[in-house]
Amino acid sequence: MRMDLIQPFVSAADSVLGQLLEGPTVVGNPSMDEDAYRRKGVAAVINFQGDIEGRIIFDLEFETAFRIATRLAGGETAVQHPTEALAAETLCELANMILGNAVTLLNDRGFHFRVQPPEVHTDAEGLKGSYDTEAVVMSFETPAGCVYLNVAMRYNRRRKTEREPALAS
Amino acid sequence: MEQFTALSLNKEQRPVRYLVVDDSIFARRNLARMVESFGGELAGEAGDGLTAITEYNRTLPDIVLMDITMPQMEGIEAVERIIRQHPDARIVMVSSVGYQENILAALQKGARHFVQKPVRPDVLYEIVRYVLNDDGLLAAASGAGRQATQA
Repeated sequence: MRMDLIQPFVSAADSVLGQLLEGPTVVGNPSMDEDAYRRKGVAAVINFQGDIEGRIIFDLEFETAFRIATRLAGGETAVQHPTEALAAETLCELANMILGNAVTLLNDRGFHFRVQPPEVHTDAEGLKGSYDTEAVVMSFETPAGCVYLNVAMRYNRRRKTEREPALAS
Repeated sequence: MEQFTALSLNKEQRPVRYLVVDDSIFARRNLARMVESFGGELAGEAGDGLTAITEYNRTLPDIVLMDITMPQMEGIEAVERIIRQHPDARIVMVSSVGYQENILAALQKGARHFVQKPVRPDVLYEIVRYVLNDDGLLAAASGAGRQATQA
């Protein structure tokens, strides 16, 4: 998998998490994962198609989701009713922001693709890489806990600027 | 949350009324808190573009904060329809997807400005102030800047 496709997601996650949680984010070393995905807490899957296609999984432990929910709600005290639904909503909001920022970076580099709304993933495992590629797994250590990103994507077709030299040769 | 000098309208000396449109409850709550810190009033909320049109007609807000990616009807289409009915509507797009095509499409349909999520209150405040000032709506002493106090 090309790291130039992954980097916008790393930059977006680092920037959004840092801004939302008002603290430093430590990005863990990326690792490759060829096995079926194992959910750690509450996970959201986002699929996209276009010049690039693939999927991203955002995964949080429930406690991390509740701490982030507290921050997003602007409160200093913990959320009153920590439910799975609240954790899922927190994750989807976070995922949308990170993905939106990453898509902006990729789009400005000439990649066009459509992003589907996040789907909350409730199975304990599954979603084995289905894009002829293994997934890259990254962790982001934040003041609220760890956020995991599992990215599997590939080029669907090359951009016009990349196709032209190939056609000329 | 940080408090800002209240924005008020020059004619009626009343708070600015906002319509907040976003499919995320979190985002709506967050924007509502910001609106409050600007001294504004929440005229209404909507979770999709279709409801936004209904709510606009019902509440006739001074300014709309509109998400782009939403179910049923996306924000850009909602902008087009609102502007068709109300050419003077003041709509600010608020979205995490901030690439040029999206921004241009929204502006071409009649949106006044764009702010990318996660939204910083000071950035949104300046944009709202700019849009209202552009129409000569702000009271003279209104929106001189941020207050030093913290809520």
